[in-house]
Amino acid sequence: MSLIINHVSHIYSENTAMAVPALKDINLQIKDGEFIGLIGHTGSGKSTLIQHLNGLLKPTSGEIYYNGKDINDEEYDRKGLRGKVGLVFQYPEHQLFETDVFKDVCFGPKNLGLSKKETELRAYEALKQVGIEDEYFYQSPFDLSGGQKRRVAIAGVLAMKPEVLILDEPTAGLDPKGRDEILDLIAKLHRENGITVILVSHSMEDVAKYAKRLIVMNRGEVMFDNAPMEVFKHYSELEKVGLAAPQVIYIMNRLLEKGLNVNTQVSTLEEAKTEILKALR
Amino acid sequence: MIRDITLGQYYQTDSIIHRLDPRVKIVSTVLFIISLFLVENFIGYIIAAVFLVSVIKISKVPFKFMVRGMKAVVFLMLITVVFNLFLEPGEPLVSIWKLTITKQGLRKAIFMAIRLTFLIVGSSVMTLTTTPNHLTDGIEKLLKPLRFIKVPVHEIAMMMSIALRFIPILLEETDKIMKAQLARGADFENGNILKKAKSLVPILVPLFISAFRRANDLAMAMEARCYRGGNHRTKMKPLKYKKRDLLSYLVVFGYFALIIVIKIYVKVDIWQ
Repeated sequence: MSLIINHVSHIYSENTAMAVPALKDINLQIKDGEFIGLIGHTGSGKSTLIQHLNGLLKPTSGEIYYNGKDINDEEYDRKGLRGKVGLVFQYPEHQLFETDVFKDVCFGPKNLGLSKKETELRAYEALKQVGIEDEYFYQSPFDLSGGQKRRVAIAGVLAMKPEVLILDEPTAGLDPKGRDEILDLIAKLHRENGITVILVSHSMEDVAKYAKRLIVMNRGEVMFDNAPMEVFKHYSELEKVGLAAPQVIYIMNRLLEKGLNVNTQVSTLEEAKTEILKALR
Repeated sequence: MIRDITLGQYYQTDSIIHRLDPRVKIVSTVLFIISLFLVENFIGYIIAAVFLVSVIKISKVPFKFMVRGMKAVVFLMLITVVFNLFLEPGEPLVSIWKLTITKQGLRKAIFMAIRLTFLIVGSSVMTLTTTPNHLTDGIEKLLKPLRFIKVPVHEIAMMMSIALRFIPILLEETDKIMKAQLARGADFENGNILKKAKSLVPILVPLFISAFRRANDLAMAMEARCYRGGNHRTKMKPLKYKKRDLLSYLVVFGYFALIIVIKIYVKVDIWQ
C-alpha cells in the first residue's frame, strides 16, 4: 500500500492579511519501499509537505490517503498513524527530555499504548539499530555528543516501528563523519527493514548517493519528480531556483564539452572516477 | 493557534502614529490611562472614546487587531462586571432570588467595563504602532533621570528588549517541540488535569534547555562585540523630538486638560 497526496494545498494564516500559500495543488504517490529524496530551497514548502503526511498539519484543500484511508477523516486514528509514519524533525536532539537515554526512547512506543515489556524491547532494538552502546543507556541524553544525541532522537522514532520514515535534514549541523554515519544508518534501515524513506535535504550530494527517486520542490509546487539522473540533466534550471546538481555532474559535463568522451550519468565521486578512467583508456 | 497572541505585537504599516517618537506614545498612553480613572460621567467617556477612535483611525491599524487583545481578558472583565453589578449597595432595580441589582451597581458595572475596554485598547494602540526596540528605547530615555538615584536604567531597558525579542522565538520553539512530541505519539488534550500537566513535561524540559542555550549564545555574542552596559554607550539612531512630536504632546495635554476641566466643573450626569 502507499501514501497518496491528492490535490493538496496549504495556506498559512488563511483569511488574514498575512496569508501565505505554502503548498499549491500537490499530487504525489509514494509506494512502499521507496527511497525518496525531497529537495527544495528554504521556503519551498518541503517541511510543510512532510508535516501533512502524518497529520500534524491539515491541508487547506485536498486529501492524503495512507493505505487507502483518508488520514484527515474524523474517526481516523491519527495517533496510530504517527506510529506508522515516523517523522524525525530537524535538529531532533532538541526534543530529548527524559532523565536517561533509554527512557527517552521509550516515550514513543509507550504513547502507542504498548505493554512495558514490548516498549522496552523496542527501545532496546532501536538503540542497537542506531549503534548506541549499552553503556550509554542510563546516561542523561544531555551528556552525549551531538551525533550521539541525534542518533538517540532518531531511535526515539524508530522505536515506534514506522513503515514510512521521514527525516527533515537529518545531517544539518553534523561534521562529515557524523553525516556519513547518519546517512549510512538510514540506508541500512531501508535495505534491511524495507522501510519507505523520505529524506529531506538541500544537499544534492547526500540525496544523489542514496535516493532512487528525487522530488524537487519550488515555491510550493513540485518542479521535478524523477530518477536523480534525469533530474540532474536539468542542472541549469535547478540553479535558477537556488539549487545545484552534485559537483561531479558539472565536472563530467565540462569534460564532455572539452572533448573527453565521458558518460555524464553519474552521481557519486566513485562512479565519476570509473567513468573517467574508462574514457581515458 | 499559539501564534494568535497580539498583546505586544507590532502591526507593520506606515502612519503618523507609527512615526511618532516612542516617548510621546508612552507618555500619552499613561495620560490616557490616568484620564480613564478621573472620568466619572458619560460626557467624559464620550470624549475619551472620540479621542481613542480618532487615534486608531489615524494609526491605520485594523480595528480587529485592537479587539483581539481583548480575548485574553474577557474572563477578568466578566468577573469585575458581575461583582460590581451585584455587590454595590444602593437603590434596588431588579431582584433575582437573593441577588439584587442596584442602580448604582449597574452604573458602576457599565463604567468598569468601559474603563477596562478603553484601557486595553488604548495600550494596544501603543504596542501595535511601536516596535519593541523603539519602546524600550523610549522607556530608557524617559527613565534616565532615575540614574542619579542609582537605578540601573540601561540594564533594565536591555533586559526588557531581550525579553520582548525572545517572545516570538520561544513561541516558535514551543510550536516546533510540540509537533516533534506529537510525532512521537504524545497526547496533550485527553486525560484529567494531572495527566495533562504531566504531558507538558516533554515540552517544558526541551523548551527550558533551548532557552538557556539561546541565552548563553546571546551573552557570548554580546561579549564578543565588547558590550559593556550603559556608560558612555552611544546610539546609532538617538531619539530626537520633531515638530510632529511636540504637536502630539499639545493634543494629548489638551485632551487631558479637558478631562480635568470636566471633572471639576461638569457635575451634571445624564444618568441621575
